[in-house]
Formats: sequence, C-alpha cells, structure tokens
Amino acid sequence: MGNRVSLFVTCIVDQLFPKVGMAMAEVLERLGYQVDFPEEQTCCGQPAFNSGYRAEARIVARHFLKTFEACETIVAPSGSCTSMVIHHFAELFQKDPETLARVHALEKRVYEFSTFLTAVAGVEDVGARMDAVATFHDGCHALRELGIKAAPRRLLAHVRGLELREMTPAEECCGFGGTFSVKFAELSGAMARTKLEAIERTGADTVVSLDPSCLMQIQGALSRAGSPIRTMHLAEVLASR
Amino acid sequence: MSVEFHHKIHDTLADANLQLAIYTATGRLKEKRIEAVASDILPDYQELRSHANAIKKHTIENLDHYLEEFERNVTAHGSKVVYCKDATEVADFVLGLAKQRGARLIVKSKSMTTEEVDLNERLEHHGLESVETDLGEYILQLAHEKPYHIVAPALHKTRYDVAEIFTKRLNVPNEVVIEKQTAIARAVLRQKFLAADMGISGANFLVADSGAVVIIENEGNARLTTSAPKVHIAVAGIEKLIPRAQDVATFLKLLARSATGQLLSVYSSFLSGPRRPGEVDGPEEFYVVLVDNGRSRLLPDRAKRQSLYCIRCGACLNTCPVYRKIGGHSFPWVYSGPIGAIITPQFMGVTHEPGLPFASSLCGACAEVCPVKIDIPRVLLELRSDVKKAEAREGQNRIEKVAFRVFAWVMSHPRVYEMAGRMAASMAPSPDGGWIRNVPPPMNIGPAQAWLSQRDLPPSPSMSFREMWRKRGGR
Repeated sequence: MGNRVSLFVTCIVDQLFPKVGMAMAEVLERLGYQVDFPEEQTCCGQPAFNSGYRAEARIVARHFLKTFEACETIVAPSGSCTSMVIHHFAELFQKDPETLARVHALEKRVYEFSTFLTAVAGVEDVGARMDAVATFHDGCHALRELGIKAAPRRLLAHVRGLELREMTPAEECCGFGGTFSVKFAELSGAMARTKLEAIERTGADTVVSLDPSCLMQIQGALSRAGSPIRTMHLAEVLASR
Repeated sequence: MSVEFHHKIHDTLADANLQLAIYTATGRLKEKRIEAVASDILPDYQELRSHANAIKKHTIENLDHYLEEFERNVTAHGSKVVYCKDATEVADFVLGLAKQRGARLIVKSKSMTTEEVDLNERLEHHGLESVETDLGEYILQLAHEKPYHIVAPALHKTRYDVAEIFTKRLNVPNEVVIEKQTAIARAVLRQKFLAADMGISGANFLVADSGAVVIIENEGNARLTTSAPKVHIAVAGIEKLIPRAQDVATFLKLLARSATGQLLSVYSSFLSGPRRPGEVDGPEEFYVVLVDNGRSRLLPDRAKRQSLYCIRCGACLNTCPVYRKIGGHSFPWVYSGPIGAIITPQFMGVTHEPGLPFASSLCGACAEVCPVKIDIPRVLLELRSDVKKAEAREGQNRIEKVAFRVFAWVMSHPRVYEMAGRMAASMAPSPDGGWIRNVPPPMNIGPAQAWLSQRDLPPSPSMSFREMWRKRGGR
C-alpha cells in the first residue's frame, strides 16, 4: 500500500464540524501520508437506508462508489458511516451483481480513522498532547458493527497529559440513531440524559468519540443542560500538541 | 406512527416512579446476565450461541420435517397434537374440550403464546375460570393488565403496587413484605391447583425425536399445572421445535443465563405424554396445541425468518436502551422490546403499528446479547423498508417520501449539495457562535423543532470542510 490516503469526511463533518476533518488530515499528514479530498463526495446514504428508503439510499451509494472507486485507501472520521459502506452497501445491491462486485472491491479499502491508525499505519503514539480528563464514548456502530473498542483507547493512552476514565455503563447508546433522534425526539432526549449521567459520574471534563453524530447528540444535550463538559472528536484530540 | 404509540411512550417517560422501576429491574437482570456468561464461568459462551443459532436455523429451514416427526412421537406416547392456525382455533379447541369434559376451572402456567391469542379472555367470556399461577402473571391477572416483559411479566410493579392489588382483589390485609405476599398467592393458588379440571401450559422447547415438551420455570407452578389436573394442554408456537433431545443441553446452558442470570432455572420438566399404567401422577390426557398465528408467513423470507429462532429469554429487553425507557406496555402487542419490534410487524402485518420498527436507535445491543444470535437490527432495517413500501402502495407519508427523493438527488449532485448546505447554514444563525437553543420561523417546525425540543443544535461553521480544504490549497 502506498502512502496516499483519500478522506471521506462525511456530510456531517463537512457541513457542521469541518475542524474534525482538518484535524484528521493533519494527523495523517504528520504520519507521512499524502492526503487528498475527492471533491465530488457527499454522504454515504445512511439516513435514507435507515429510514427504509432503499431506492434513494442506492442512488447515494452509487454516487459514493463513483466518487471513491479510483481511490486506493479511504479513511473516514466515523464508525457509523464506515459501517454503512462496508456492511450495508452490499445489502443494497444484492440483486445487482455488477454493482455488488464493485462494492466488494471498494469496501476492503475503507477504514474508520482509529482503525486505520492502529491497524494500517501501525501507530499508537501520534505525538499528541492535551491536558484533559477524558471519557471515551463508544459509538454503537463502531463498537458492534466494526468491533472497535481497543484502538481509540490505545491511541488516547499515548496522549500526554490526558487521563482516560471509563464510563459505567460504557457501552450504552447515546440515543442519536439518525432520524430516530427526531422521529422519537422525547425518547432520544431521555436516552441522551441517561448518557450524560454516566459521563458526569466519571468527573471527566471532555467526552471523546470517533463518531461526530454521537458527539452532536451528546454536546447538544450537554449544552442544553448548561454543563461545562465539552466534546471532542478523537481526531481533534490526536491533532492537539 | 400512531398517536396511541406516541402517547404511551410519552406517558411512560413522564412517570418518574415507573422509570425508576423499569430501569432498576432491567438493570439487575442485565448485570446478572453479564456475570452468568462471563468467560471465566462459561468459556464456550460464543460457541454455544453459534451452535444454538445453527440448530435453530436448521430446524426452521426444515420445519415441516420436524413437525411431522414431533407429531409421530407425541402420538406414540398416547398424546394428541392439534394444529391451530390462529387465535380462534386455539380458543375453539380448548372450549370444546372443556365442554366435553365438563371443566369449569382451568389453571395456567406462563405462556406468551396464550397471551398472543387472548386465551384467558376468550375462556372467561364462555364462563370458564382461568387462573394464572405464575406469581407475576397472577398479579397482572388480578390487576387486569397484560405482561410487561416476556420473562418478568410484573417487572414494572413494586411490592407496594402488589400490596395494593392484593388488598383490593383478594380482600387481604395490606402486606408489603415480598415473602408474605408470595405466601398469600400460594395459599390461593394451591386450592386452585387441587380443584382445577384442566391445566394449560406453554412450552420452551418441543423435542422432535422424543416427542417431549420441555418447560423451564422457577416457581414449580408449571409442574403442578401440568400434573395435578386430569387434562393437560400445552400451547406452543410451531417455532419451538428442536430436533433432538441432546440439543436441549445447548439451550439449557443459554436460556436461564440469558433470562435471569441463573446458571439453570429451578425446574426443568420433560413431559412426554399422559400418565402411564403404574405411574402415580400426571394427567390422564395430554394435548399439544401447535399454533401458527402468522408464523408460517415468515418462512419464505431469508432475511427475516431468523426472527423465529427466538427462545423468549428476554435478554434483548433488559439490555435495550429503548425498552428501558418506554417499558413493555408502550409496545402495540404482547411482545415487547427488540424481539417484539421484529415479530409484531411480521405476525400482525407491518401496518399494525408502522412506527414500531423505527422506535430503535439501531444500537445493536440486542443482537449482542441474543443467545441464538438473531440479527435484530438487520431485521428492523428490512421491516423499515417493508413499511415504506406499504406506505407508498397506500399513498401515505408522501411528504417524507418526497423529502428522501430530494435527499437522494441532492446527495448525488455535489454542487447542489454544497449550495444547499450553505443555505441551510444561513437559516439557523448563531449570533455568538455558541450552540443554538431555538431557531426563527420558518425553521422552527418539523425535524429542527423536534431536535430542539430536547437538545441544542450545533452552530453552522463559517466555512464547510470543502471550503477550508480549498482555502488551504487542497491537494
């Protein structure tokens, strides 16, 4: 594998949290990768897929395929969007063997950021420094669909000045769930508040996650509660020095 | 989503006592399960799950074969197998038999399948007394409520609630000590067992090669229900079959651990037919009622028929962050939690409660704890697609459909996407750059309003990522 990496920043990072994308690029460049950003990129199509609109999701997935097919390695700052591409695209094209073959060829080259760093780049210490007491929130799709648990924690363990405290319970959903967060807003909000309690019990001042959508839910609830606790994407923590 | 579903969720979330009761009870069961399947206690847990999944997969894919084998062996033991396609047929059979035998009083042990077909109500409608003998079920029968949970039906009732129910219905002094409450119920139920003309049970497993009905329980009430009265009727869904007696071992290792965190439940009964000559107890007649009630409709569906692997342990309920908030009675049918969310639309039809498959954050905690490895989120996604197809056929929910068509078009046209993004950003201004508490009209409706009812919105950055990237010179 060469040292060229293409960013799939996800629509949510592009539109709402651009600094996360910049931080991810910075860390990758620091490690010697040549980073590019295919400008045609938009979204993975998960909102449509999870809402039951498969035909619409297929249109977006085809656009993703077209955009990234020529890329050697694709890295994304989200477990959920990565899982959409590497697990659910195939479900969308079960009856279209030609596209399915293209999906299978692509999905092997798409990586979630922390997985890329630890498993491909083989790095755990990226030379970051940040004075913080942090707790790590496992995004459900990263945790259960991609099996990501140790990688972000190993990366955080090497951040100088950072103390990591685990939540109890650690693996409970923040309540985001895409359109679920607005279709069942009251329920989603109640789940977020239970998550906040777990976060507050750790005494951490920073919540770190590798999924921007979970962070949006958690930060939105923290902000509403008037809490001083801040949220940061893993890439932002690793870019700090 | 129906208004009723929405209201039930709201009412449950708004009831602080109920919230505490659900969260505490499920939390206890959740923790106990984790201890019981820990790798130092059960090193082969994951292999057992895979094995259980393989057995169920094989059985469901060859269900016709195993139904016939089971029927042959049950019949050879002097019992009878009765096939019922729906609720009415189950009630008709039980009523007919009760009439023939002159039965008035029926004792029942726990059975979700009979809840499915409203058996108690149907029997009572015809003047029969049908008494639940599982303590939790008995409490709920007195309170005129449906089970709140597959395994722990009265999970939402505190001992103070139970004291009130007993006082009101049984005319006994107010008693809040759980052991004493149990003694009150036992005294009543013991008389019912002795006087009952018929016993109706459920079944945890139906073993094809030995024609046995396996019942797993903790209270001993199922053993009395199935042995004291002269007639025993076991009511079970057709998916309860497993091929061989030796397969029971795999499921026994998983069931109690997943359900209550016990290594084994207190009583495991293997019932194969009525009392034989020389035996001192057992019923004189034994019937196995095999219920379809929508199950066979799932069989042709490769992606969704795994829903029939369920052994009703309830682990998915206890671990589900949604169930733990909205409880059992918010669900539109007798089955609640993640398993209820996938079997209700399939047994009853997706339009029964179209909101149900969407009441999930798709966190996957259910699939992780499922002892037979049902991929519940996958089935939910399939059902969501089924709901949208049904809505399209009926011309319902048109605005949402249009919204997602627009979404797909925007997301496949990068220039349009970029423009739309900038436009949306300008519509939700954040004067101080902080998170947004409310938005001006016309944005204060729909999804934005729903989001803001619970949380703040992130401020739109002055530049999108792609603008920042261009500014730094791209690459």
